[in-house]
Amino acid sequence: MNEKTMTVEEAQHFEQILREESICTNENLVFEVPDTLTDNTMHYCPGCGHGVAHRIIAEVIDELDIQKDTIGVAPVGCSVLAYNYLNIDMSGAAHGRAAAVATGIKRVLPDKYVFSYQGDGDLAAIGTGETIHTCNRGENILIIFINNGIYGMTGGQMAPTTLVGMKSTTSPFGRDVETMGAPLKITELIAQLPGTYYVTRTAVNSPNNVRKAKAAIKKSFEYQKLNKGLCFVEIVTNCPSNWKMTPLESNKWLEENMLPFYPLGDIKKPSN
Amino acid sequence: MKKELRLMKGNEALAEAAILYGCDAYFGYPITPQSEILEYLSNEAAKRTGMVILQAESEIASINMVYGAAGTGKRVMTSSSSPGMSLMQEGISYIACGEIPCVLVNVQRGGPGLGTIQPGQADYFQSVKGGGHGDYKLVTYAPSTVQEMVDFVFDGFDLAFKYRTPVMILTDGALGQMMEKVLLPEQRPRKTEYEPWGSTGKTPDRERNIIYTLSLQPDVMEKWNERLQKKYRSIEANEIRFEAIDCEDADYVLVAYGLVARICQKAAHIARDHGIKVGVFRPITLYPFPYEQLNKVADNVKAFMTVEMNAGQMLEDVKLAVNGKKSVEFYGRMGGMIPSPEDIFAKLEEKLNHPVSKLVGELA
Repeated sequence: MNEKTMTVEEAQHFEQILREESICTNENLVFEVPDTLTDNTMHYCPGCGHGVAHRIIAEVIDELDIQKDTIGVAPVGCSVLAYNYLNIDMSGAAHGRAAAVATGIKRVLPDKYVFSYQGDGDLAAIGTGETIHTCNRGENILIIFINNGIYGMTGGQMAPTTLVGMKSTTSPFGRDVETMGAPLKITELIAQLPGTYYVTRTAVNSPNNVRKAKAAIKKSFEYQKLNKGLCFVEIVTNCPSNWKMTPLESNKWLEENMLPFYPLGDIKKPSN
Repeated sequence: MKKELRLMKGNEALAEAAILYGCDAYFGYPITPQSEILEYLSNEAAKRTGMVILQAESEIASINMVYGAAGTGKRVMTSSSSPGMSLMQEGISYIACGEIPCVLVNVQRGGPGLGTIQPGQADYFQSVKGGGHGDYKLVTYAPSTVQEMVDFVFDGFDLAFKYRTPVMILTDGALGQMMEKVLLPEQRPRKTEYEPWGSTGKTPDRERNIIYTLSLQPDVMEKWNERLQKKYRSIEANEIRFEAIDCEDADYVLVAYGLVARICQKAAHIARDHGIKVGVFRPITLYPFPYEQLNKVADNVKAFMTVEMNAGQMLEDVKLAVNGKKSVEFYGRMGGMIPSPEDIFAKLEEKLNHPVSKLVGELA
């Protein structure tokens, strides 16, 4: 029907019928785009965990209603453009320095919610010093650590978290502990520091794990409001492109290989 | 608090100036000969103005804390000395690209490498010509008195916010350590209002404020560069500062900055006592450099001698400024050695009798 041919009364009547017959009502709404996600199309590869991780952060910010009080810090790596997708004020840090940047922001704006979002190369290789000292000072921030065991953006090189025997472009015959060292469990390491309050490892490979990861992020922001100290949420993710697998294969590989070495669950539970 | 006259160390005076200006935060790491800045602030700042003071785990962390904190629009400062400043260069490039106003201080020591803890001026190239990667400029003030260590903190913050650009105070270990009388300004209030561009939390009434330095599209990045270059042209047109001391009747002019400019003034007095008319030209801003101003001086003198505590770095800018009009000689000390007025006068006399450059014929 051409709208121009309708009178105003007819159009209102038509809308009324549509509304009455539609199942798109608030009661029936089960899924929507969070306010804290922008409309920009994500650049992430199909099946990548970053998109889900971004979404649950956005959902938490919506649910806590803290969009206007939240400042995020993006890293260098695949998530370098995180600020294009999260509809909040953000700062893009130099490679490895997100924890220092977040420290600077939080120290001058102590009433705001501050978090960094960093990959394994950023957080556990080039930024190890900043990671450990920021955790040790107990900065009142949230660090979200995306661990997919590989450098994604630069094209699949070995990461500090690459598993033993795992192939990458710079460990083409598999990671050899003898010459390349063992994978670094930085999350267990920083859990030893008195400055960390809540340290947990999650994943986004299944609906159940996504819910748990979201709950961990939500809890961390709530702790931040109470000035409890540093919260650290690791999210073990896949990298279909650089693992050279389909998304489904990569999730299966993650369950069979990543999770046995990086077991899920709380590593440091809040003391009260 | 009213204006106050005090006897202070350069480093402490600079730290005091940061408090008095109403600076919001300082992030730093100990290194000789500037550790008094962090020490003084740790002792004084928080209790007086609530200023945030944090000893970082490295200079790399310090400069990135500055990036974060100053990216909110607060007044933020850091300081270091030569080796530590080298570690900060990546962060400075990001700060310049992200157009984040802040004040940086380099209390230079002799290099290269770990070098020495004695004063030096060998970081001129690093500060003025780049240091970090990419096409950016760092406004660089060169104080020559303890008073200017105070004044340039105030001028530096003003300029940094006027242009949204980082500002360097390039001083040295001698000025940092020596005591002089200094007139301290009145205490200013800490900043409470937000800058419109600051990353402080997106309120419904405005667009998001993102501090970033990346564009994957080269045409966008070129436009970004053009905007930066336009800003630098504006700084070059409006912010040049220099001092020409006894240059009107001078036959020879010593060109020097910072501490060495003061030593050159004494050398010029000795020269005049010997009947040689010598003046001193002191660039106060090393970037933007007073090219035209120095070029005009070249019309009325016979020759120049640049004096620096390095192997000849500002010398290149002096030659560009003079542009072949007259001979430019050089005298430099390195490795933490400070030239005395007598050294400088002796070197000037030597050059007068045995000019190095072919252009110097009229000197003899």
